[in-house]
Amino acid sequence: MIETRIIRIIEDIVGTQHVSTADSDRLCYSYDATQRQHRPDAVVWPGNAEQISLLLKMANAEGIPVYPRGAGSGFTGGSLPIHGGLALVLTRLNAILRIDEENLVAEVEPGVVTHQLQKAVEARGLFYPPDPASLKFSTLGGNVAECAGGPRCVKYGVTKDYVLGLEVVTPRGDIIRTGGETMKGVVGYDLTKLLVGSEGTLGVITRIILKLLPLPAAKKTMLVLFDSIDGATRAVAAIIGGKIIPTTLEFMDATTIDCVRRATDLELPEAARAVLIIEVDGDSAVIEKQAETILQLVAPLGVVNTWVAANSEESESIWQVRRSVSPSLRKVNPDKFNEDICVPRSRLPEMIRTIEAISDRLHIPIVNFGHAGDGNIHVNIMVDKTEPGQEQKAEQAIKEIFAATLKLGGTMSGEHGVGVTKAPYIPMELDPAAVAYMKAIKRALDPNNILNPGKIFLQD
Amino acid sequence: MKRFDRHKTLADYRQQIDQCVKCGACRAHCPVFGEEGRETVVARGKVTLAHALLNGEIEPDPLLSENLSKCLQCGKCVRRCPNLVPVDDIVLAARREIAARRGLSLFGRSLTALLRRPRLMQLLAGSARRAARLLFRRIPQQSGLRLRFPAPFIDRQRSLPAFARQSFRRRHPEFISGRPNRPLVALFTGCMINYLYPQIGEGALQALAALGLNVVIPKEQGCCGLPALSAGDGATASELAARNLRAFSERQPDQIVTLCASCHSGLTRHFRDLGPDYEALAERVIDINALLVSQGLEEILHALPQPVQCPMVTVHTPCHLRNSGLDDPPKQLLAALPTINLVKMNKANACCGLGGTFSVHHYQTSRQLGAIKATAVKESGADLVATACPGCIMQLQDSLDQAGLPQRACHVLELVGEALAKEK
Repeated sequence: MIETRIIRIIEDIVGTQHVSTADSDRLCYSYDATQRQHRPDAVVWPGNAEQISLLLKMANAEGIPVYPRGAGSGFTGGSLPIHGGLALVLTRLNAILRIDEENLVAEVEPGVVTHQLQKAVEARGLFYPPDPASLKFSTLGGNVAECAGGPRCVKYGVTKDYVLGLEVVTPRGDIIRTGGETMKGVVGYDLTKLLVGSEGTLGVITRIILKLLPLPAAKKTMLVLFDSIDGATRAVAAIIGGKIIPTTLEFMDATTIDCVRRATDLELPEAARAVLIIEVDGDSAVIEKQAETILQLVAPLGVVNTWVAANSEESESIWQVRRSVSPSLRKVNPDKFNEDICVPRSRLPEMIRTIEAISDRLHIPIVNFGHAGDGNIHVNIMVDKTEPGQEQKAEQAIKEIFAATLKLGGTMSGEHGVGVTKAPYIPMELDPAAVAYMKAIKRALDPNNILNPGKIFLQD
Repeated sequence: MKRFDRHKTLADYRQQIDQCVKCGACRAHCPVFGEEGRETVVARGKVTLAHALLNGEIEPDPLLSENLSKCLQCGKCVRRCPNLVPVDDIVLAARREIAARRGLSLFGRSLTALLRRPRLMQLLAGSARRAARLLFRRIPQQSGLRLRFPAPFIDRQRSLPAFARQSFRRRHPEFISGRPNRPLVALFTGCMINYLYPQIGEGALQALAALGLNVVIPKEQGCCGLPALSAGDGATASELAARNLRAFSERQPDQIVTLCASCHSGLTRHFRDLGPDYEALAERVIDINALLVSQGLEEILHALPQPVQCPMVTVHTPCHLRNSGLDDPPKQLLAALPTINLVKMNKANACCGLGGTFSVHHYQTSRQLGAIKATAVKESGADLVATACPGCIMQLQDSLDQAGLPQRACHVLELVGEALAKEK
């Protein structure tokens, strides 16, 4: 419980209507997409950086944990108020401050929904590429804090490749600016890069300067069915090895195909044991040639069938196949553990084979799909939690998958972050000295450990 | 006296509640969340609150009621939910749960008292009409019938239609014969058409007559029950359902026709849980637009002469038709009318913002949503916005009035009826 005295202070800072200790509000800001729940003591909706600065200064003085939050759609618990305190909801800061067509930059507040920015810049012939699956509801602040990815990252890179500068309220309540709006800049440490993906542990982002690109003139979508998983994963290596970087290179395994078969008009024959959705974009003459080369490269790898979308409608029906994956997985088992490992692209065939072996040995269905083009696979361990022993089995599978990933030179999270769900596994990937280095940074910047405590590292 | 509620309880929805994985996809689609921006009003928030209520983790306090009242029942979140969690049904069940524990709100009590007694409603409609002539300022616009209605629960700024001089059901005999060997359809008039918009019923009769259908308008029919359900009063909705079941079983009509998208959902979606008899009745319920299309009215409309000047008409799709997969029939009828020019409108599928009792409790948010529609109507260049739900018509007209726009909202059936009447 939080003292009334403190609530009065918060009311003075943000206004009475922008803070609540009501059960309804505490419940509705207790969760994210991990489905875990931790109620904050109070929910605060600040309106600007100055208010956030005052709140953090107060939190330091009073020793109250503060949990910054955007849409609450993270998969690893980055915004969960695991030690109570304040849920700091940043969605009132939702202005697109400017779109600079001469310099190809945009300046936004953290509460802007990613898709809103994309629509706004595309109306001007510009392009903001990062496209996490949650883009229609997740916020840019959350995308930056977690360094979100998405299918287009094969060609265009992830969120950190687009963040030029930030305005940040430090854990102690100072308001600082990092980076800027120039394409180059090497004065001092690159704090922007440090803050992107820091999961809200090192500062509260209040402004973001983003790099934009010109909108590609055209795109071409292809769906290729393979008779084996190996064929599909080798196709990924063949395309990249053939010096072509498609916009997207999405992969689905046989179980995934079985799940989505009924959700699409496209015919997905039983013989198809894996699918690649390949999209190229750019000048129309160039992409025609690229598409042709890609189909030639994959042809010897057991192709069952190929669709090349003739127009945007056909392209849409191909993407519909991909989008129907996540909801349809429940057909396998009611509960899933969703991991997002990433391996060097050439190691993908080996990684998939290893996961299949783990699945067979532990008798637990594992469904694989995702961004094969950058080696980032969504590994879904499907269980029924009501059956005794299944959860333990899933944990065993996760551990083995992480170990195999690391052995192949990969990482246990490509784009979801560590938060609380992956924190126990950190020592598998990072050596103790590296963890100590990170913790030293956290301690120096947040000596009272009030900003998003309990995340990334098991003990702060 | 303890009254009987036949509807599912909140506990019956436990499994569906558990299927919400809190992914947040509903944040992109809930119109109320779009305006208010708080997690307590978005679908996954309401499911969380319902879950907490079910588990005794939260008291059914006024704030919980308030949050659960902020649902338009538009079903957008359900359609876009990866797990198809029936949030609209869960919200209604939670409202019933709260009402059962704490009693209905003052507004809910007044509303259901009225809905349960058609004769009282008839009486009130008459006196409201007389009072209206004396008291209410008329809006100086082409629809001189429109009023600013200072009833205790209705925002003073809202413009409302006038009560009809004579209700639709009083105007007509119970049975209107068509051609022999043609099917018998029973007309479910709904409260708004019976008392406020009888011209929609007249349009329906014109169209049904043009097809030679036999029509019965059961005198003993009542409200569809949706407003009572919306207010959390499952017992009244159950009583109304029983009454309608009796009224519509008598003559064994081939089909039961609704003229209002909300009544359609009241007699189909909300009937199915009540028992086998109700389910059987729900199977025979058909939306008037769908009936007219299936009976071949389009051809008859196509054959009508084209006047020199045709108004520009755009379409608003009521959420309650869209959720039943009935987007097309109203558009098909309009497209077949040679008397109008059909134009497209942005956000044609966006909720009008009425949401039954929603707009009574939350008129400001309702108005903001209505303003979005008014702008879309204006930008479409249309003179008229046609739809298939009197609730939407009332809200759209209010929104157009509030925006100071000259456009008028009407029912597809009014346009169909006018075109057929001219031909006669």
